Amino acid sequence: MRGVSDHFGPRAAPVLAILAGRGVQALVVALVVGVVSFAMMHALPGDAAYRIAAGRYGYDLMDAAAAEAVRLELGLDRPWWMQLWSWLGALATFDLGRSLVYGSPVIAEVLTQLRYSLLLAGGAVIASLSIALPVGIAAGLRPGGVVDRIGLALSIFLRAVPAFALGVVLVLVFAVQLRILPVAGFRGPEHLILPSLTLGLGLAAVSSRVVRDVVADAMSSEWRLFARTKGLGARLTVIRHVLRNAALPVVAYVGVQGAYLIEGVVIVETVFAWPGIGHALVHAIFGRDIAMVQGTALALGLIYVALNLGIDLACRIIDPRAT
Amino acid sequence: MPARPDVTALLAAPALAALLLVNGPLTAAERTSVNVVSPWEVASADPVVSGFAIQKLQIMESLVDADAEGTLRPGLATDWSVSEDGSRWLFSLRDGVRFHDGTPLDASAVAQALNRAFEQPGVLAQAPITGILAEDDRLVVELERPFAALPALLAHATTVIPAPGARDADGVPASLIGTGPFRVTTFSPPQAIEMARFDDYWGEAPGIETASYLAAGRAETRALLAESGDADLVFTLDPPGFARLADVPDVDTIAVPIPRVVTLKVNAAHPFLDDSRAREALSLAIDRAGIAAAITRFPEGAATQLFPPALGAWHDESLSPLRTDAEAASALLAELGWAPGDDGVLTRDGERFELELRTFPDRPELPLIAAALQDQWRAIGVALDVTVANYSVIPEGHQDGTLEVALYARNYALTPDPIGTVLQDFGKDGGDWGAMGWDNPTVIDALDRIAASGDEDVRSEAIGTVAASIQAQLPVIPIVWYQHTVAIAKGLEGVVIDPLQRSYGLSAVSWSK
Repeated sequence: MRGVSDHFGPRAAPVLAILAGRGVQALVVALVVGVVSFAMMHALPGDAAYRIAAGRYGYDLMDAAAAEAVRLELGLDRPWWMQLWSWLGALATFDLGRSLVYGSPVIAEVLTQLRYSLLLAGGAVIASLSIALPVGIAAGLRPGGVVDRIGLALSIFLRAVPAFALGVVLVLVFAVQLRILPVAGFRGPEHLILPSLTLGLGLAAVSSRVVRDVVADAMSSEWRLFARTKGLGARLTVIRHVLRNAALPVVAYVGVQGAYLIEGVVIVETVFAWPGIGHALVHAIFGRDIAMVQGTALALGLIYVALNLGIDLACRIIDPRAT
Repeated sequence: MPARPDVTALLAAPALAALLLVNGPLTAAERTSVNVVSPWEVASADPVVSGFAIQKLQIMESLVDADAEGTLRPGLATDWSVSEDGSRWLFSLRDGVRFHDGTPLDASAVAQALNRAFEQPGVLAQAPITGILAEDDRLVVELERPFAALPALLAHATTVIPAPGARDADGVPASLIGTGPFRVTTFSPPQAIEMARFDDYWGEAPGIETASYLAAGRAETRALLAESGDADLVFTLDPPGFARLADVPDVDTIAVPIPRVVTLKVNAAHPFLDDSRAREALSLAIDRAGIAAAITRFPEGAATQLFPPALGAWHDESLSPLRTDAEAASALLAELGWAPGDDGVLTRDGERFELELRTFPDRPELPLIAAALQDQWRAIGVALDVTVANYSVIPEGHQDGTLEVALYARNYALTPDPIGTVLQDFGKDGGDWGAMGWDNPTVIDALDRIAASGDEDVRSEAIGTVAASIQAQLPVIPIVWYQHTVAIAKGLEGVVIDPLQRSYGLSAVSWSK
């Protein structure tokens, strides 16, 4: 935070306002997400005790007796408002409870999964930016040029290939044929490369076009002409004005991608046996693990708030005029 | 720009060669580690939930062990005996056994663990247990009435013994500490476990130093892990992956028949199905050979009776096999008063012969088999509506009586002696995963005799009665027997694939020199 306050020294008030606003938003998100996910889980058809017993004991051991034991153990026969009230009460003391299926503390599970998800999201954003920025800028500087046209073709192709297929192809090439990277798992940094690349290529397909468009717009803008007319060199104009102006929408777009990455990469997590939060959320919904669903949704909601806050602050650094 | 890629390729080739060279000697060096991959996630350290994996990985052990044929042998108990009236079992515990945390195994730790396993849903509920207690260095199990298969239940994965020190404040085992030949170095639920050889193990020391377990949910991923050499033992391959790996030189593939059976549970109290001729007609319409060849890709797996050959004494060669004959099926249904309606679906007294089948996607072949059944029954005028849902809708439907037919895979070798499971499925009032609306006094009586008696002749005669009655009355309709598919890295020696799926046998494997 030191960098931010240094930068904003005389303008600390709006930054504080941003922080306060996002803080209130976080509280509201926590409440709404908790209540809504609880309501949605209760609205699902079928008997929760049976679903939870199924997730816990597996189909070889699960039977009606197991379901009744689960109902008794978890108090699922209590009225819904009592169950919700006890969750909210526990939340007030920062206790997310225990997984209904596995009995382990939700907070521990969520933190572990979140760590892996953030790692993968970070890897994917880095992979995506290191492809999208050079390609997009090169294309935007010469719209209609060779780079632009090849970039567009590749972008359409990569966008059309499902992440699952792309992942399998990358594994076939780098892990099975060349044997330089592992197929799946999460034992070391080398395990992060292929899933990050799978996601990053798909993201770069779109973000390289976003970068290309904003750079092209900036290049054809009047203020760029002015900068050139006042005598600034072409190179400096691009670095000082074009890229800085183009950065705003790109940062906002990367933020949106970050949000998508944290929750929406279930299939890639599954292909690479990566223990992320999207995979965990899907399992929790199938297993009717209400406490896990609430905890996971809550963590995701708060991540969104944090991501928005980060984008707000980043945009203010890039363009201090914004209020 | 043809020149550019060529240049990159030229530049990349030596780099690549260098990498391969670096990799080469590494793989050729003496290997001391084995990587295991299966689809099943391990989310908890509690044997009641995750025992299946904890036992297979030899982290924790049960009182009774079994070999690949299902013959019981000593585990943490060296021997066992039962009182004259069959109501009191004594298990003598092995001396000098230590948990991975250094504490010694004693009778109170065993009693504590087994009492917890008994209180939770699991196989111990199959026995009429009234008490589990420690007595000096022995464990005592008291029964309400004789139950000869008790030692077999104490071989089950949910009865493995965790260290008392592994429990959390609520008494639930919270870390993976057992007595087995491998101790856990890292547990990353639900996907990975890293293990190392336990130097104070009471038995023979494993030939490898470390092992890892990874749960990979997708069959494609598992096949790729085997093909790339990242994994040395890969369990449960899908048919395309199995076929592909057969052509990979560094990998051996094997398929082992196991006592798991795809069966149709039939509500015998349903007005369309309460006559055994109706159930026989449905059975006659099923092309088992076709399903075994095209869906499970194991032609020998077409079921000729409920209990597969892998179940040893329970498989009865003398039974006349289930067959396919659509004409005979139609004739039986005509006998019962069913006649084809305008759209080809049979009708009787204004009712259409429509049934709902419930199944689940966790075993990917089940919805495919359901679709095949839909097609095959349509040919004899029976309309089948397939619902694919969570598997708990099957016991739920059994309890509330709404179930008509259900398709699932039943494991008759949960314990080395299947009597507990068979008793649950075909005993009085049937079972969630067995008969429904079908009470057969002859079968119930025979099952009670099998459960109570240790006499091989008595058991064998009663088993014959049970198998013949099920074959004649079809309270469940068997479809295909399962095989267990495994990919093994070349050079890994001593691998024994356990048809009972109790162990991966890691303590016996080693890399060839």
